[in-house]
Amino acid sequence: MSAEVVWTWVAAGLTLSMFSFLYRDNPFFKLGEHLYVGVTVGYMLTVTWFEYLHPKLWLPLVVGTETGHDWSLLVPAFFGLLVLTRFVPSLAWLSRWSFALLVGFGAGVSIPRYISSNILSQVEGTVVPLWAGHWGAAVTTGVILVGVISTLVYFFFSVEHRGAIRVVSRVGVYFLMVSFGASFGATVMGRNALLFGRFYDLVDFAGARYYHATLVLLAVMVVSLAVWARWAGRGGGSEAPQA
Amino acid sequence: MFLQRQVPLAICFVVGVVFVFQDFVPHHDSEQLLTVFTDWGIIITGFASLLGVGSLIQVHWLHIKRQNAGWGYSVVTYVAMVGTLAAGIASGGKAAPDAQTGVMPAFGWVYNYTMVPLQGTMFAILAFFVASVAFRSFRARSVDSVLLLVAAVILLVGNVPLGEAAWRWVMPEGVPGIADVGDWVMNTLNLAVRRAILIGVALGIVATSLKFILGIERGYLGGGD
Repeated sequence: MSAEVVWTWVAAGLTLSMFSFLYRDNPFFKLGEHLYVGVTVGYMLTVTWFEYLHPKLWLPLVVGTETGHDWSLLVPAFFGLLVLTRFVPSLAWLSRWSFALLVGFGAGVSIPRYISSNILSQVEGTVVPLWAGHWGAAVTTGVILVGVISTLVYFFFSVEHRGAIRVVSRVGVYFLMVSFGASFGATVMGRNALLFGRFYDLVDFAGARYYHATLVLLAVMVVSLAVWARWAGRGGGSEAPQA
Repeated sequence: MFLQRQVPLAICFVVGVVFVFQDFVPHHDSEQLLTVFTDWGIIITGFASLLGVGSLIQVHWLHIKRQNAGWGYSVVTYVAMVGTLAAGIASGGKAAPDAQTGVMPAFGWVYNYTMVPLQGTMFAILAFFVASVAFRSFRARSVDSVLLLVAAVILLVGNVPLGEAAWRWVMPEGVPGIADVGDWVMNTLNLAVRRAILIGVALGIVATSLKFILGIERGYLGGGD
């Protein structure tokens, strides 16, 4: 049996374990859930070391490159170690220096960038000549202009929404509702695409090439869940199945 | 008190002001400063991620130590974490198959056959719950809810071939397809709202950033001294 077949059985088992939550919270789901957390943390630690800390800190500072050791990296190393003082309650305040550096850097970089890309660029894209040669484009441009202004007016709470402001803000609410509906539809379709992806994999894993992994594991899981439900229903489990 | 409160506020102020003005200095040294600080930020964030891992280890260690209900699952979390880390170290952090031999490293097997199915299925089962919630809560009681419902239905129906076929069957010749209507909703009505929200969010971020730099917002310092 090749490594691929063994790992396919693992993937099929984990996929079915997660789907078993549709029945109810059960040991298979809990196992998959905790495995997911553990694997994700292990993955994150590996990526943090091999993608960031090793090439950006360890190699240039400790090992050294053709140009020698980059001693300036002692500064981020120092601030990085200060973050870890959070584990020592009496020294935890030292981590504030590191967070202050990160927050100050993030805030300083954000101000010009957000003004440029999220305010000026968006206004520039909205305030364009209405007539660009044909009616379709003119209507679209007008609708976008009305939508942007009315939505902004709806979120402007410094004046009371009465009279003309109220009318404009109501138009903004209509635009918001359409946008929420569209976003909902797009989200559902995205989730469905993921769902079909998992189903395709399960169908693939059910083939003879993988010794019918999906079918075998599904049968084992159904029988196990039936036994577990009966046992837990008698008060044997730490958590009784819900009615 | 000075080291605990004034120093971090001063660090935040100085670094913040420097990088507000850095954007307006189109000089090589200015660009270099941004590159260096970006790398420093990545390094410090790398250390910060260890905080989360430490917290997770602590929580699960207490579960095991006290033998709380389901403490065995905490052991599973530990084993999965250590196993993945060991596979990652053994593979040198590489998950893709070797370009010459085509051999998949251990980390690649763990990633593709454990993390991908778990993550994919975790998000996929949300489709059932989203559909369930939509069925129970989507009621055309007002103009607002009708607009929301219609937009959602257009996007849902317009993205499947059966919906397009049904639309063609019902609608007379010359009417645009439902996929085209969906595209117009996304690219015009939805775009307008997204633009307004982007402008609003940007104004909020700029205001909050200023509050951080000027020391008005001090939430990142945490409580107590």
